[in-house]
Amino acid sequence: MRLLKLIPEDTNIGFVRLRHWAFGITVLLTVLAIGAVGWKGLNLGVDFVGGLMIEAHFQQPPHLEELRANVDRIGAGQGALQAYGDPRIVAIRLPPPPGGAGAASQVVDRVNNALRADYAGVTIARYDTVSGKVSGELIRNGILAVFLAILGIAAFSWIRYEWQFGVSTFVAVIHDVLMTMGFFAITRFEFDLSTVAAVLTIIGYSINDKIVVDDRIRENMRKYRKMEMGPLIDLSVNEVLPRTVMTSITVLLALGALLIFGGHVLRGFTAAMMLGIIVGTYSSIYVSASMLITLGLKADVPGKSGPTPRNKREGRNEGYDGAQV
Amino acid sequence: MLDFPRWKRIAIWALLGFGILLSIPSLLPGNIAHRLPAAIQKIHVNLGLDLAGGSHLLLEAQTGDVARQRVEMMEDNIRRQMRIATPRIDIGDVSTNGGQLSFTVRDPARIGDATTIAREQAQPSSFGGTREWDISANGATIAMRPTQAGLDAAVSSAMESARDVIDRRINALGTLEPTIIRQGANRILVQVPGLQNPEALKQLIGRTARLEFKLVDLTATPEQLQSGRAPIGSQILPLADGGRIAVLRRAMVSGDQISDARQAFDPQDGSPTVSITFNGDGARRFARVTQENVNKPFAIVLDNIVLSAPNIEEPILGGQAQIRGSFTVESANQLAISLRSGRLPVQLNVIEERTVGPDLGADSIRAGIIACIVATVAVLIFMFLSYGRFGLYADLAVIINLFVIVGVMALLNATLTLPGIAGFVLTVGTAVDANVLIDERIREERRRGRTVLMAVENGYKEASRTIFEANVVHTIAGLIMLVLGTGPIKGFAIVLLIGIATSVFTAVVFTRMLVVGWIRRNRPTEINI
Repeated sequence: MRLLKLIPEDTNIGFVRLRHWAFGITVLLTVLAIGAVGWKGLNLGVDFVGGLMIEAHFQQPPHLEELRANVDRIGAGQGALQAYGDPRIVAIRLPPPPGGAGAASQVVDRVNNALRADYAGVTIARYDTVSGKVSGELIRNGILAVFLAILGIAAFSWIRYEWQFGVSTFVAVIHDVLMTMGFFAITRFEFDLSTVAAVLTIIGYSINDKIVVDDRIRENMRKYRKMEMGPLIDLSVNEVLPRTVMTSITVLLALGALLIFGGHVLRGFTAAMMLGIIVGTYSSIYVSASMLITLGLKADVPGKSGPTPRNKREGRNEGYDGAQV
Repeated sequence: MLDFPRWKRIAIWALLGFGILLSIPSLLPGNIAHRLPAAIQKIHVNLGLDLAGGSHLLLEAQTGDVARQRVEMMEDNIRRQMRIATPRIDIGDVSTNGGQLSFTVRDPARIGDATTIAREQAQPSSFGGTREWDISANGATIAMRPTQAGLDAAVSSAMESARDVIDRRINALGTLEPTIIRQGANRILVQVPGLQNPEALKQLIGRTARLEFKLVDLTATPEQLQSGRAPIGSQILPLADGGRIAVLRRAMVSGDQISDARQAFDPQDGSPTVSITFNGDGARRFARVTQENVNKPFAIVLDNIVLSAPNIEEPILGGQAQIRGSFTVESANQLAISLRSGRLPVQLNVIEERTVGPDLGADSIRAGIIACIVATVAVLIFMFLSYGRFGLYADLAVIINLFVIVGVMALLNATLTLPGIAGFVLTVGTAVDANVLIDERIREERRRGRTVLMAVENGYKEASRTIFEANVVHTIAGLIMLVLGTGPIKGFAIVLLIGIATSVFTAVVFTRMLVVGWIRRNRPTEINI
């Protein structure tokens, strides 16, 4: 049986040569992402702004304008509607009702009754009510979690390797987080608690990817002490490219299945992760690896506890394609 | 490399077999699982509310209530103690403003005695050294301020008994399996799976259920009622069906002296009522007060609202009373449950509620299972096409890993949520990363002209370090989610963390054993990878 090899064995892409172009594109996209978040803002879910979210399942796809008018007539504030993939499923968002305690559930009741009167067979599949106090705490915890994750993991790669690896990983992961947030700002997907979980997972995955690349760079730095950083990074990235592609594909396959079959509740979560996988893979090469050159990482660094150098007998047998670079 | 002793092989198979075994009770359909012995039934994965359907309520106590009640109780105590002191100590200017109690002693000669009494009253009720009150005397004015430590202790004990009360009330609703836990200083988390009517639950929890029987103060003038300024020793309360009424502050009997409460029907007009039975002490007091006050009205007060103010036609000696009001059978029953389970020491507000209908939960499970199967099959095929025999070994590892994750979750009685299902699917995708790293490394080593044996050995050795580091990083992210995350995020993190641990084992140790076994049996000189 001939096995599938997505990346031919003699692949030797000059990644480093393209890095100035890539840098320009990266900066542009990052500015765009920040701009989108700053200008359009995120479509924050009730988890983070408080209020009510009522998911109604209709027998027939409702007319959205009419439904909006019906919801507004209840007098519980301006309603916002959001349709999922299935037009019969509509999420109704309402601002937090004044008067704390039981007020929120009364509004849910009123919406329920109003809908039942106007649409036969409608059911309230789920509803969330979050008070401003709780949403404030959830925002704080979410931001804290993301920062701790980035810091903790950057600290890990700093202790583990040279400081340049820590800094480049840190910058690359910030880039990934910004891109994900930009994606949410532009697509208007709801940004809620599970999105934070997605962002944390993206951070984990992205750093995983960078560790694999960084590991190989470290290994090659010991093997080819005289090689310039540029060719060395090209060599390393090309060497791990088959793995990078394979793993991205398996994860995307799994997430694709979740996106298509996993139901509407998980859709935003899954979409965020799929984007994050792509962005994270890109940033391993064009943000973190390229940055190592900018940060002046030199081969032949007196090692910390990196990979053990191979013995000489093995070293003589090396016959890398990349050595011709 | 080929050195893989028999005991090690047996241990690996036994461990994985045990993991799979643990997963079985959770995977069996409910009707079969219920026939298993109880000890085995306990090993199962719980379904989160987003999958099982149900309500999640986060309640917060108004701790200000506790502080105010404490000061008011101290006021009552001080007034009584000063009155019964021999000779009696006259006090005035009693104030409970600003969270403290202050009063002036009329006779300067008695300031010393009054301070001693105040000190006695401020003694902690329980053993344990925390000072509960700060007492300061300024001339003839004595001020008593509750300390933060004392207040915290009071809030904590109020929350503890509130938890018990809620537990009793929810259990009275029937065969639910609620989770009721305290969170932080002043919160209680209530999770009730499979609930049909969360409204009833919230009404049951939200009611303080402080029941008091008080005599009506007939001396109050209409002007006093209007202005809300009660005569001394009385208070003005709203009536349930509108208007106001003045009642004596001191209760004849309170809800603490009830031994039972049931929903009943009025023998005269058949309307729903709540029938209550006093305990011994309550019955004696109720009998005495009604004997002394025949032909006077008394008020039945629930949570500071007067439900009714009937006339005492004759002494009530049987220790039984009927509460009438505009009840439905359901609301009368709810009140009866609330009264039976005791009053809440603090008012609780719902600050977060998440309710999922059972249909949506079932849909989510179905969709999650389909997604998981499709994802697994896609990844299995892709791995086989890419790495042939080595891919098959990785595939076997992925399948076993899925069962072992369920097994470990069952052992920990962990909760599976919808994001947890996403965690499963993601684990399928990431678990093979270890095998991809290993197999790509073997390819490289082969390309470099190493023998099969050397290539495989180097492949595993070199890749293991990278795999280890990558998983440390994943673990850090997972732990942060577990610690800082709430509800759904926690569910995701649990699956992720368990998946990391088990997948490293299956993807590295287990596949290595399979590869070594194959090489040992066949001694291949060429491998297709």
